[in-house]
Amino acid sequence: MIEMQDVWKTYPNGSTALQGVSVKIDKGEFVYVVGPSGAGKSTFIKLMYREEKPTKGKIFLNGFSVEKMKEKQIPRLRRSIGVVFQDFKLLPRLTVYENVAFAMEVIETPKRNIKPRVMEVLELVKLKHKVRSFPDQLSGGEQQRVALARALVNNPSIVIADEPTGNLDPDTSWEIMDIFEQINTRGTTVVMATHNREIVDTMRKRVIAIENGRIARDQERGEYGYED
Amino acid sequence: MKIRTVGRHIRQGFLNLSRNGWMTFASVSAVSITLLILGVFLLLALNVNHLADVVENQVEIRAFLDLTADSEDIENVEKELEQILGVESYTFVSKDEGLSEFREGFPEQDQDLLEGLEEENPLPDSFVIKAVDPQKTGEVAEKVLKLPHVYDVTYGKETVEKLFKVTNTIRNFGLVFIIGLTFTALFLISNTIRLTIMARGKEIEIMKLVGATRGFIRGPFFVEGLLMGLIGSIIPIILLLVGYYFLFSYVTSEFLILNVMLPLYPLALQIAGILLGIGAFIGIWGSMMSVRKFLKI
Repeated sequence: MIEMQDVWKTYPNGSTALQGVSVKIDKGEFVYVVGPSGAGKSTFIKLMYREEKPTKGKIFLNGFSVEKMKEKQIPRLRRSIGVVFQDFKLLPRLTVYENVAFAMEVIETPKRNIKPRVMEVLELVKLKHKVRSFPDQLSGGEQQRVALARALVNNPSIVIADEPTGNLDPDTSWEIMDIFEQINTRGTTVVMATHNREIVDTMRKRVIAIENGRIARDQERGEYGYED
Repeated sequence: MKIRTVGRHIRQGFLNLSRNGWMTFASVSAVSITLLILGVFLLLALNVNHLADVVENQVEIRAFLDLTADSEDIENVEKELEQILGVESYTFVSKDEGLSEFREGFPEQDQDLLEGLEEENPLPDSFVIKAVDPQKTGEVAEKVLKLPHVYDVTYGKETVEKLFKVTNTIRNFGLVFIIGLTFTALFLISNTIRLTIMARGKEIEIMKLVGATRGFIRGPFFVEGLLMGLIGSIIPIILLLVGYYFLFSYVTSEFLILNVMLPLYPLALQIAGILLGIGAFIGIWGSMMSVRKFLKI
């Protein structure tokens, strides 16, 4: 469960990204966050995993009071969330297997439990045959699937994605979306910032539109609603 | 932190070293070269210091007794000498021994000049005294002079003072030089290691995103820094000790002076210890300082 109460964010350089955002996302929901570039989508997403701190307002996520957390507690918050980015953010010197296993090593999972689980998620994203490859030997779509596997490996209750299909061609984008759909049907909450009109209009979900730092529209089974 | 995590950090540290091949090579070379230079000058300074010690240890005090002193007086002086702090050793030189020493100082053809001295030996009995700390020879000499029946002491005051001035200057210069060189080495090495880790800021950012704690992120970098420092110091240690061994054998066999250079043992252990210590310390320090930068963001 994610809840924001009257959240404001002004950056040190004076630009205001969010102005009084209140929103509630229930467990198991699939939410698109849409809106023009620079409207505050990224800030909205970053506040959830405490990459940024709100200037004002309250944020609750999985029982954590996100804005009140001390630096030291942040790792615990992040372990309950899976994050996926436009630029994949894989560790370049680790193999596919190691990249995924890394998220489990971080939470000190016994080694014997790591291997079966890593293979299981790699199966889910259909990359079992590339376990020994390094990120630079993979296509964009494959890299994003590794990132997704890493986000899922610890069974997070929430997956947050910032433009996960931003760097991918349409076919590959749909492959990625299929995986998101799959994990959502298994009960995982998905929050996805996106610019992809085709996806939003085809795979209908709740749409939250952010414009000028405010929520302009919040609609079940909504449309993308912008001219590209 | 669990044991298996420590194991993971060590494994990962080794793995990172081999996967960052060129960066590792650059860091290890920087460590090796700076420590080699430091080691050469360290050996030099230690040997110069040793040489100064050898020279200083030649300094001795000669205490002359009253001509009237009898064997009981001599024994008393001996007892007193034993009480004086800072006296390392003393030897009694009787007037007869003194005379033969004196005679040895003359060339063969002039020996007849000394004829007749045996009958009426003008030399006094004396003690040859060594100070524990040669630098304190003057102080000890003063104390000895105050003893009854001692009428004069000599230790080549001016020459000795000049000698100590020279040896102290050499020592101080060597110390300052070594300290300066150590700091240069610290700076150079930690800088190189910093560069290799800077290149991995993105890696650290990702670790944080998947929920790694600071300690967990530091772990492998700690191991890497330590390993780079240790590997980097082993090479100069081997070079220095092999080089020193050959130089030592050459000098001792060629010039037949035994005392001029410090023997390989325990010097080898000291040098190895110092260089390993410095290498490990800067390796860890350099990598921890660089990681810290990224952890703040």
